[in-house]
Amino acid sequence: MRVPLSWLREYVDLPAGETGRDIQAKLIRAGLEVEGVEALGADLKGPLVVGQVLAIEELTEFKKPIRYCQVDVGDANGTGEPQNIVCGARNFAVGDKVVVVLPGAVLPGPFPIAARQTYGKTSEGMICSARELGMGDDHDGIIVLPPEYEPGTDAIELLELVDEVLDIAVTADRGYCLSLRGVARETAIAYGLPLRDPALIDVPPANSYGPAVKVEDQAGCDRFVARSVVGVDPAAKSPIWMQRRIQKAGMRPISLAVDITNYVMLEMGQPLHAYDRHRIDGAITVRRAAQGEKLRTLDGVERTLDAEDLLICDDSGPIGIAGVMGGAGTEIADAVVDPETGEVTGTTEIVIEAAHFAPVSIARTARRHKLPSEAAKRFERGVDPEAAKAAAQRAVDLLVLVAGGTAEAGVTDIVAPHPVHAISIAADLPDRVAGQEYGRETVVRRLQEVGCTVVGTDVLVVTPPTWRPDLTDPNDLCEEVIRLEGYENLPSTLPNVPAGRGLTEAQRLRRRIGIALASAGHVEVQNYPFIGEAVLDALGIEAGDPRRDTVKIANPISHEEPSLRTTLLPGLLGALHRNVGRGMMDVALFELGRVFRVDGTAETLYHAPRLPVDRRPTEDEIAQLDAALPRQPYRVGAVFAGNREPQGWWGKPQAWTWADAVEAARTVADAARVSLTVRQDQHTPWHPGRCAALYVGEQLVGHAGELHPRAVKALNLPERTCAMELDLDLLTAGGAVRAEAPKISTFPVATQDVALVVDDAVKAADVEAALRAGAGPLLESLRLFDVYRGESIGAGRKSLAYALRFRAADRTLTADEASAARESAVAEAATRVGATLRG
Amino acid sequence: MSAPNKSYDPVEVEALKPEEIERLRDEALAAFAAATDLDALHEAKVAHMGDRSPLALANREIGALPPAAKAEAGKRVGAARGAVNKAFAARKVELEAERDARVLVEEAVDVTLPYDRAPRGGRHPLTTFAERLMDVFTAMGYSVAEGPEVEAEWLNFDALNMGPDHPARSTQDTFFLKDADSVVLRTHTSGVQIRSLLAASEPPVYVICPGRVFRSDELDATHTPVFNQVELLAVDEGLTMADLKGTLDHMVESLFGEGISTRLRPNYFPFTEPSAEMDMVCFVCRGESVGNPDRPCRTCSSEGWIELGGCGMVNPRVLVACGIDPNKYSGFAFGFGIERMLMFRHNVEDMRDIVEGDVRFTLPFGMEI
Ligand SMILES: [Zn+2]
Repeated sequence: MRVPLSWLREYVDLPAGETGRDIQAKLIRAGLEVEGVEALGADLKGPLVVGQVLAIEELTEFKKPIRYCQVDVGDANGTGEPQNIVCGARNFAVGDKVVVVLPGAVLPGPFPIAARQTYGKTSEGMICSARELGMGDDHDGIIVLPPEYEPGTDAIELLELVDEVLDIAVTADRGYCLSLRGVARETAIAYGLPLRDPALIDVPPANSYGPAVKVEDQAGCDRFVARSVVGVDPAAKSPIWMQRRIQKAGMRPISLAVDITNYVMLEMGQPLHAYDRHRIDGAITVRRAAQGEKLRTLDGVERTLDAEDLLICDDSGPIGIAGVMGGAGTEIADAVVDPETGEVTGTTEIVIEAAHFAPVSIARTARRHKLPSEAAKRFERGVDPEAAKAAAQRAVDLLVLVAGGTAEAGVTDIVAPHPVHAISIAADLPDRVAGQEYGRETVVRRLQEVGCTVVGTDVLVVTPPTWRPDLTDPNDLCEEVIRLEGYENLPSTLPNVPAGRGLTEAQRLRRRIGIALASAGHVEVQNYPFIGEAVLDALGIEAGDPRRDTVKIANPISHEEPSLRTTLLPGLLGALHRNVGRGMMDVALFELGRVFRVDGTAETLYHAPRLPVDRRPTEDEIAQLDAALPRQPYRVGAVFAGNREPQGWWGKPQAWTWADAVEAARTVADAARVSLTVRQDQHTPWHPGRCAALYVGEQLVGHAGELHPRAVKALNLPERTCAMELDLDLLTAGGAVRAEAPKISTFPVATQDVALVVDDAVKAADVEAALRAGAGPLLESLRLFDVYRGESIGAGRKSLAYALRFRAADRTLTADEASAARESAVAEAATRVGATLRG
Repeated sequence: MSAPNKSYDPVEVEALKPEEIERLRDEALAAFAAATDLDALHEAKVAHMGDRSPLALANREIGALPPAAKAEAGKRVGAARGAVNKAFAARKVELEAERDARVLVEEAVDVTLPYDRAPRGGRHPLTTFAERLMDVFTAMGYSVAEGPEVEAEWLNFDALNMGPDHPARSTQDTFFLKDADSVVLRTHTSGVQIRSLLAASEPPVYVICPGRVFRSDELDATHTPVFNQVELLAVDEGLTMADLKGTLDHMVESLFGEGISTRLRPNYFPFTEPSAEMDMVCFVCRGESVGNPDRPCRTCSSEGWIELGGCGMVNPRVLVACGIDPNKYSGFAFGFGIERMLMFRHNVEDMRDIVEGDVRFTLPFGMEI
């Protein structure tokens, strides 16, 4: 809502020096979101005057037609002589009154004006367009004024070019502030000044001879006021003051009848509609549409109506969508000038509609037809049903005043009875909500200021004013009191929060994982969870794979990516690709986030019950809500490309490899204090020979390794890109693990090395397991320090060299004891994996 | 060793003559002095102090002397050997110092060589910022509550007093699931607040709910369809707007420094009543840029205040939907976007930098923010 201060001052006697910024500050404190103050004409400087065109000489020797005009500007130029002005516009004739800016003036821009040579003439100023004066930019031609203004009259004042306009973002609960009346009320309260309510005007009582109206749907329309005016001059134009106010309020002047309805809507917040009476066939009827019924609206669009749409009809059918937009058929006719006689024909009899429609109905219709009109905007937020009669009267008065019409005596006013809604509220509730003592007297006064009637002492019975349909609950009333007393005056206190227990184990674990992976050289990313079929294809994930069973979005941002991720890899690889594309060739990324998995085809999935809100849902209902949701487990994933160590003065580069991917998984497992078992596996999208399946006990928790070259190619990734993904929920399924302190033996360690030759197919993990089992309790640690293949041990075989460290808790081991344990370890390896000692 | 010989005079034994002992001593001292490195010194040591050195051999002769002569000869040889030992030790210290000085110089390196051998990692500032907020509130006694990102509409909307016709429940703002009834991508973490209230058999409930939320906006410099929120909910007996204000003040002081406070401006949200917009004093200019064109402030556009988000007293209707008696309990809540706070706290100019995962963006933020 744009509110010109000059207009606002009509209803509130604000102090003379009060600026837009001052008023803005006051209104913001009272809860109006005043987003800005526009200073109109701030850099404008006269002389800017009314001129009368005396003569026009057409200059034809230029690329475009140019006019050299003599304009009478009265005494404004100090000489009284006509002013010579060159003008490129053509929408005026000799005798027209125009706006002339004289040398020495400054137009908005700022754009200083001086006499200048142009098109072979001296132009002593300019004839102005609306755009040049900062009045709006929808008209290209110059302004032609009504004939009644004398040449030389100051046009800055005449066109009200200097003003300030408040720009207010009206929240959903304050529909009444979509009007000067509402904003003036808030301003009056904020300044403690009286309000001149524009709706308090004399209105004749309803009678039976007004325009015929039938309301068939009283739930949708609980108020319908209709008035009529005859003898309207179709040639009459909106007066400048009205046009200017409409412009400043951000709308466009169109025609007198439309301007008047818009003006009254801006003033009182009541949307009005004007019909050409001759184009209405029979009684105006308010009813719901028949499904599929059609109507061509004012904007020229033919609309197919829904059975929920509320319509204004006559005997011929729909003539408007109630409260949203009128139909083209009953529009006020454009004035037509007969070129021979000069006679103007057009609408001469007008019916004014001022109705009140159900907000939800209007909101749904406006949304359905994508018609967020000024009228719909107001009805949705709530219009004062009691303002309808005054608004209709105001429109009638204006038609009489500026269009020469005559008001007919008939007044139609159809009112559906609606109960008075009173709210009972403890007088000290605002104090208790605010945490500050206002006292009953203040509470009552503030409620009365916003228009409530208040009775009672300890318990107040409060009836909100008709323009505040948002006031329904005791807390709504508290807000009124607290905001008017000033949110800025609230004290600052802290509640006594009961002792807390800090983060949960799962929350702490995610932190540990993040720190561990980042410390290991990985960079965290947070990717969008949206994926499409294309990336699953590229990864080579086959039909029937559960990762293909995605949760789908009805209205995705991109139709290429309409699903939610079932794995973290697409997002991670996308981010990897982006980094490489930007020249960061050595990248290790990780992400912690949820994936969305559909398990099976439970009928409850995606079908959440619609539960009431006037009570707590039952445990069963809560379970139904949860059953409608897909599983959303937490995962951690990582991807790697390029070098882990760059080439440097220390030596050759070291690439990120499958082993780093497995190591990242181990880093996560260590943070979770679980031990990870690694098994050889084949799992898409990993390289079939370089894929590790990761287990906790017998539970598969994820995979790591190098990606399949086909997937790498399809996604245009660097060669030998590696990846890891783990399900955190599965990883920690065993619950929090408490670290056990080891017994530290201070006896000396006995180290024994052993090199075992095994078949190439034998896995290092199996050899290690055998050695550990065979070595017994004296084994403190074991480490593989070399893998060797070569002729000396034969083809298809490898030698694994281990360092074994033995130590006892209670004594120094003898060489024999250590050797015995070593031999036992070797024997077990021989039994389990056919290992032989390398000779 | 030979037996004592009573008639034996040490002076008569060639090796034990005083001038001979002196000569041997002086030879040793000269050899040590002449040694120019530790190897040469070692050779000199073997020659003059070793088992077969003349002084050692002379020493051996003493045993054969008659007792009366032993003392004098022993004294003479002992003094000489002492002097030799001492000279050796001194020369060794000298030569070692020389060697150390030389070797350490030779071992010198260019310590300004660059070393970017180990890969550098970092955590995303959205993560660490949320953690920082969690730490502020867990320190106050709050718990951190989490919930699903795909959420039932009743939990995301209805229970929050956002009826079926609320404008936010349109495809303009909300992602809906295909072929689903009343299931959406959560538009805020408020569903977690509702879950917290439902899970508590009875207040008090003090929770903070961080998490990812979704709105159907296109990604641009200031919007993202997926973003992170932190919401707070406190429900207890006798909670007031003053408590809300105090909690906000505490939060911004914790995050932005001593003396930074908040202000509340009336606003409208369905789930709170009264509702407010919360601003904080600009932590950069502390308001000094207002009306001061010489000191413009980019962070607050010289407004002096930075908008944080929405807050208010929990609408009693929300409590009713969760089975909590609104006559006994009241609550306050607030919520804001972490991206926005990250942007103004760290001068992030483009939202896309936050969401695209460019490592250059994330690395400077390190492990904690
Ligand atoms: Zn600032």
